[in-house]
Amino acid sequence: MKRLDAGRSHPVTFRLNGRERTGHAEPRLLLSDFLRHDMGLTGTHVGCEHGVCGACTVLIDGHACRACLTLAVQVDGRDVETVENLAEDGVLNDLQQAFRRHHALQCGFCTAGILMSCTDFLARNPRPREADVRDMLTGHLCRCTGYTGIVRAIVEVAEQRSGSTTEENEHV
Amino acid sequence: MKPAPFDYVRATTRDEVLTLLAEGSEQVRVLAGGQSLMAVLNMRFAQPGLLVDITAVEELRRIERRGDTLVVGAAVRQAELLAWPGLAETVPLVARALPWVGHYQTRNRGTIGGSLVHADPSAELPLCLATLGGSVVLESRRRRRTVPADDFFQGVLTTAREPDEVLTEVHLPVARPGSRFGFREVAMRHGDFALVALAAEVRGDEAWLGVGGVADRPVVRRMKPGAALADDLDALAWELGGEDDGHASARYRRQLVRELGYTLLTETAP
Amino acid sequence: MATATQESTTSALGERQTRLEDDALLRGLGQYADDLATTPGTLQAAVLRSPHAHARLVALDAGEALAMPGVHAVLTGADVQRWAAPLPVGVRQPMEHWCLAVDRVRYVGEPVAVVVADSRYLAEDALDAIRADYEVLDAVVATEAAVAGDAPVLHEAVGSNVVNDRSFSYGEPDRAFREAARHVSLKIDYPRNSCTPIECYVVVARYDPADGGYDVAANFQGPFALHSVMARALKVSGAGLRLRTPPDSGGSFGIKQGVLSYVVLMALAARKAGAPVKWVEDRLEHLQAASSATNRVTTIEAAVAEDGRIQGLRYDQLDDCGAYLRAPEPATFYRMHGTLTGAYAVRNLAVRNRVVLTNKTPSGLNRGFGGPQVYFALERLVQHVAVELGLDPLTVILRNLIPADAFPYRAPAGSLLDSGNYHAAVELARTGGGLQELEERRAAARAAGRYYGIGFAAVVEPSISNMGYITTAMTPEERRRAGPKNGAVSTATLTVDPLGSVSVQIASVPQGQGHRTAAAQVVADVLGVPREAVSVHVALDTGKDAWSIASGNYSSRFAGAVAGAVHKAATRARDRLARIAAAQMGADPGDLVFADGRIHDRNDPARSLSFHRAAGAVHWSPGLLPEDEPGGLRETAFWSPPELAAPDDDDRINSSLCYGFVFDYCGVDIDPVTGRVTLDRYVTTHDAGRLLNPDLVDGQIRGGFAQAVGAALYEELAYGDDGSFRSGTLADYLIPTAAEVPEPVILHQETPSPFTPLGAKGVGEGNNMSTPVCIANAVADALGQRDIRLPLTPSRVREMIGITESEPPAAHAAPSIEAPAGGSTLRATGVVELEADADTVYHAMLDPGVLSRIIPGCHALEQDGDNAYRADVTVGVGLIKARFEARVSLTDLDPPHALRLNGAGSSAVGTAEGGAAVRLSPREGGGTQLAYDYQAAVTGKVASVGARMLQGASRVVVDQIFARLRQEVDGPGASAGDRAWGRRFRAWLLRLLGRGGAP
Ligand code: FES
Ligand code: FES
Repeated sequence: MKRLDAGRSHPVTFRLNGRERTGHAEPRLLLSDFLRHDMGLTGTHVGCEHGVCGACTVLIDGHACRACLTLAVQVDGRDVETVENLAEDGVLNDLQQAFRRHHALQCGFCTAGILMSCTDFLARNPRPREADVRDMLTGHLCRCTGYTGIVRAIVEVAEQRSGSTTEENEHV
Repeated sequence: MKPAPFDYVRATTRDEVLTLLAEGSEQVRVLAGGQSLMAVLNMRFAQPGLLVDITAVEELRRIERRGDTLVVGAAVRQAELLAWPGLAETVPLVARALPWVGHYQTRNRGTIGGSLVHADPSAELPLCLATLGGSVVLESRRRRRTVPADDFFQGVLTTAREPDEVLTEVHLPVARPGSRFGFREVAMRHGDFALVALAAEVRGDEAWLGVGGVADRPVVRRMKPGAALADDLDALAWELGGEDDGHASARYRRQLVRELGYTLLTETAP
Repeated sequence: MATATQESTTSALGERQTRLEDDALLRGLGQYADDLATTPGTLQAAVLRSPHAHARLVALDAGEALAMPGVHAVLTGADVQRWAAPLPVGVRQPMEHWCLAVDRVRYVGEPVAVVVADSRYLAEDALDAIRADYEVLDAVVATEAAVAGDAPVLHEAVGSNVVNDRSFSYGEPDRAFREAARHVSLKIDYPRNSCTPIECYVVVARYDPADGGYDVAANFQGPFALHSVMARALKVSGAGLRLRTPPDSGGSFGIKQGVLSYVVLMALAARKAGAPVKWVEDRLEHLQAASSATNRVTTIEAAVAEDGRIQGLRYDQLDDCGAYLRAPEPATFYRMHGTLTGAYAVRNLAVRNRVVLTNKTPSGLNRGFGGPQVYFALERLVQHVAVELGLDPLTVILRNLIPADAFPYRAPAGSLLDSGNYHAAVELARTGGGLQELEERRAAARAAGRYYGIGFAAVVEPSISNMGYITTAMTPEERRRAGPKNGAVSTATLTVDPLGSVSVQIASVPQGQGHRTAAAQVVADVLGVPREAVSVHVALDTGKDAWSIASGNYSSRFAGAVAGAVHKAATRARDRLARIAAAQMGADPGDLVFADGRIHDRNDPARSLSFHRAAGAVHWSPGLLPEDEPGGLRETAFWSPPELAAPDDDDRINSSLCYGFVFDYCGVDIDPVTGRVTLDRYVTTHDAGRLLNPDLVDGQIRGGFAQAVGAALYEELAYGDDGSFRSGTLADYLIPTAAEVPEPVILHQETPSPFTPLGAKGVGEGNNMSTPVCIANAVADALGQRDIRLPLTPSRVREMIGITESEPPAAHAAPSIEAPAGGSTLRATGVVELEADADTVYHAMLDPGVLSRIIPGCHALEQDGDNAYRADVTVGVGLIKARFEARVSLTDLDPPHALRLNGAGSSAVGTAEGGAAVRLSPREGGGTQLAYDYQAAVTGKVASVGARMLQGASRVVVDQIFARLRQEVDGPGASAGDRAWGRRFRAWLLRLLGRGGAP
């Protein structure tokens, strides 16, 4: 049991996007600030710092979580994944491509968080109904798109990955 | 919106937690999922001296059935309980209410214990615990005690927990054969705190109705399905009172208790 | 001069295309304001804000804050007065709006000081250490109350809260009303809301002591006319304020215009700190103090014939601009002024516009700017005319729409509606959207006893604002003195570099609308190169890019104006290249075709030259170019439409260049129990002229629609009667999510604008104007209601359906726990039964020792007069804890029967003030009954985020006080469990009915 003192920085060693990284953080430093300003990964955005907007969502040990409600010291020894890790070999992954095709973003400020939520969600719910997708999306606020493109993109990727349609899933 | 400074400990045993609480009591806050506490810290509505993170305490992360009780460790994530295979048969009410707790992403981190200790009068889990007549275990260096839901919730964000205590276990009575459960919630948007949340258990000609979001804590009453039900619901609505806020009037809340309460109890009855 | 024929085989314009922006954004590589590299040594700022809606700032002590580690400077009103000037105001009135409060605060959240520190964390630590003393003044919140003679006045030098009052008359309104068969009127109270973007404000500022200039990067959206406002406030020339915008922006919807006062503030903070300063606004700051639309009270009246034809309209509008008239206000009124008759051929119009100040956050641009307020009144009225006359609303609309052969149509207040065919659009909507089906559903639902309604809205959507419209707020005489203002200059610069790459710089400051994609399409089309070969730069730097006052992202000016300037610059470049290529190819420039990255001779398909080669020549071999061709290739085009003239002497103003048409209808199904409004189907028909990229247009429509659903059903920036702000978090200010926004049916009609280079009109604000009222009309239809106030929350709708409650049972009359509606005062009564006699109880309360023990969390209590104390109190409710510097006093002493216990305190999270009237009466059989009645008011941060639970939380605290008193007088044995009357009743009921023995 180690007590990390306020006002001093402590090493935080964790896996970030598949690579081991070490940074330093005061206990109170938010993970969102740590990722953006210390790790240099500004793809994770901050829109409210009280857990509602979803812009800061990242994966911690594979689960979509709010980085603004997480302390940097809490991810010591854990696995964190951010939007910068989605493209494979420099090519946008299927989800990112679907977002582009369906105009699922305008300003793009909410997008990283939504992509990370979907990454977790589709891994655990390979055959969602559209209602499930919308339900998962209620944890995100997008002020630009009206959500239509976002829903279409996710539904399409779910169908492509699972080989079944969401309408079929309605009856599962 | 950045928290004031605090020390941080990631505890790994329950014992560590109890020791730290005994030493620091008032100045210590237990950090579980952090889905309420972290927001409060970011807004500086609390400035504790020490945060004790209990999410790595394995003892507090178990879900197990002990006889007629489902015992859920305080640090079990809401998503974990929701995904627990036996949930729908064991505590059907919780299975029905959990999807209404926050959002997919906050359930990934929010814990069962954290939601109960926070005691938001509109929250779903306190309502379930109260309706089922469940209890919580509070532990400190001084003692370990089991507190029924009725005594645990004492007002807005206020519980019977003493400053040196930590909630370790949640005891949910397992559904008895023949019991039927119902849950209804009206919120502004999907995932918002309830304007009114209703939970019902009906067994034979006995029925219980729990109401969240109206009074300053979840309130459960025994109801008699039948001719007098409407009158009983009216009395309950008045007793709960309710308050006007920016999103709904007290009258509205009372009316939902009357009308939705009636529907829910009727639908839940066999 | 010969011109090349525009022909292109790769014409991208008008096609559905993916966006150039998206690749980087999807990888997390966007360059938003908070992502930009900063100069080493850049410090972070945090803003101290007023917890009061109206108060005199008596003293400010930052000594302790300055002594804290990592704190570099604290900027105060005195610094601001020394270095800056008040922000210039758009009307001639003696009001001063400083970027930082100088001696008075006028809204909750108004900046009072800025701390500059090594990190935002340290800066916020220091905020808590600044002591600001206020003398609280009466606040005025309700718009109509602010107009009343006895209202507290915000700006004493003005002498009134009405800072601008103008009346207008067009045609013969009096006669129309005199002669009309019927008068139909409505009064509307349109709420405050904001299209609040997900990214908040960001400013990075630097001061250069060598030249006295400021260099500021901010996610400002324009209009750049406000650059002059900022420069004048900073007391520098235009060149003295270099303002830069980032390449990407996390949305704006008008709101990021309001960052202007923070640009000034942070520039001064940087000067004070002697280092670059960065400020990232947080969400609490944003919701309470950034900007919003105006709320408006409108009385609207129509003179109508029996057949539903509207012969005259009268508006009496009070626009509530908040505590200061921040530029460009009172533009919310005048953006719509020429268009007040909407889509209708009404010739007689009377208008009275009063601009009102209240103790709320200053208003500003917000998507739909002025439109939602106007159309809510007008379209509600049209629906109501139909109801009054027993006609179908659509019939009334069709009878009044401007006929297709009337375009371009000059509306009475001056708008020149450029093009349209409104009747055809309605027909398209009716058939394409399935109106008949909705009517059948309504009939079926009603037959089944359900509430189902259909609403309509017909809206003219102005775009490309006339920069002169704002001067309509002045009288013609004042305008003559001030000199004419008009037009809307758009700019674009196209450059071809030595390798033949094309880049374009536009001053449109996009906020997510895909301007880069659209601009690249326009250029690709003109130059016959692939879209991907065109780079578009949108980060604007007033120090080196071409810009003008109309630059920026507002009034949907991109498609109509900016794209036009891009087209013009590209065409000029193409014409020059054609002459160069023609010389090399020995062809006639007029015969050249730009396509596939080459320049072809249409007469000889074998002859062509690569675009690269021709473009390279201007750099590599200027000596070989035709005469008059100077070499180099950079074309800057400015474009301002001649139609945008200044207001005339009769106050007629063509407030915009283009006027699209939106016709919507929807069916709503209302849950009779919960009052929830469900959109069964929403059909929206747009005529936005020529569509440059239909996908982008649909995206704009869906986004605006979602925001409008929010405005209709969920969103309101709420204030308490004392001016406390009540919507401080995104859990209070409710933006719709994917579960709340259905997909609208979108239909298009294209009637090109004759006034824009590409025939396009602006699009994207229409639904913000049409949808709130369309939904309101449907609800009015479903419930047969006349007075509809937004947002249509379930509670409000259910109240309209009707709640009849019996009288509360006598048992519940005593502990009244309802707060006065809409008020911010917390009130409760309770009764405590005590063993001790009244004398003992009474004297215990007067004993400071006892007092310090019964006040929860009291660390120190010092006498400060007769029965008056200063105390240091930590108030805690659940996990929330705040330390208050408090004053406690006991007054109205009537021993041993009654007294008043008063408390007031301030803390970093807000202030609280209250009092409890306490009555003691002997109990039969000994002991005392203590009855209390307390009222408290809470303001500041805690009120803005905790509104939902304040009442309950205050009860927890009051209960604690009396429970402790009981322990004091009755001894520690006294049970704490059932002290208050209400609680005892509850406990009793619990025993009676409850589940003590749970199953
Ligand atoms: S920034 Fe984390 S949820 Fe909004
Ligand atoms: S794309 Fe702008 S907030 Fe979602």
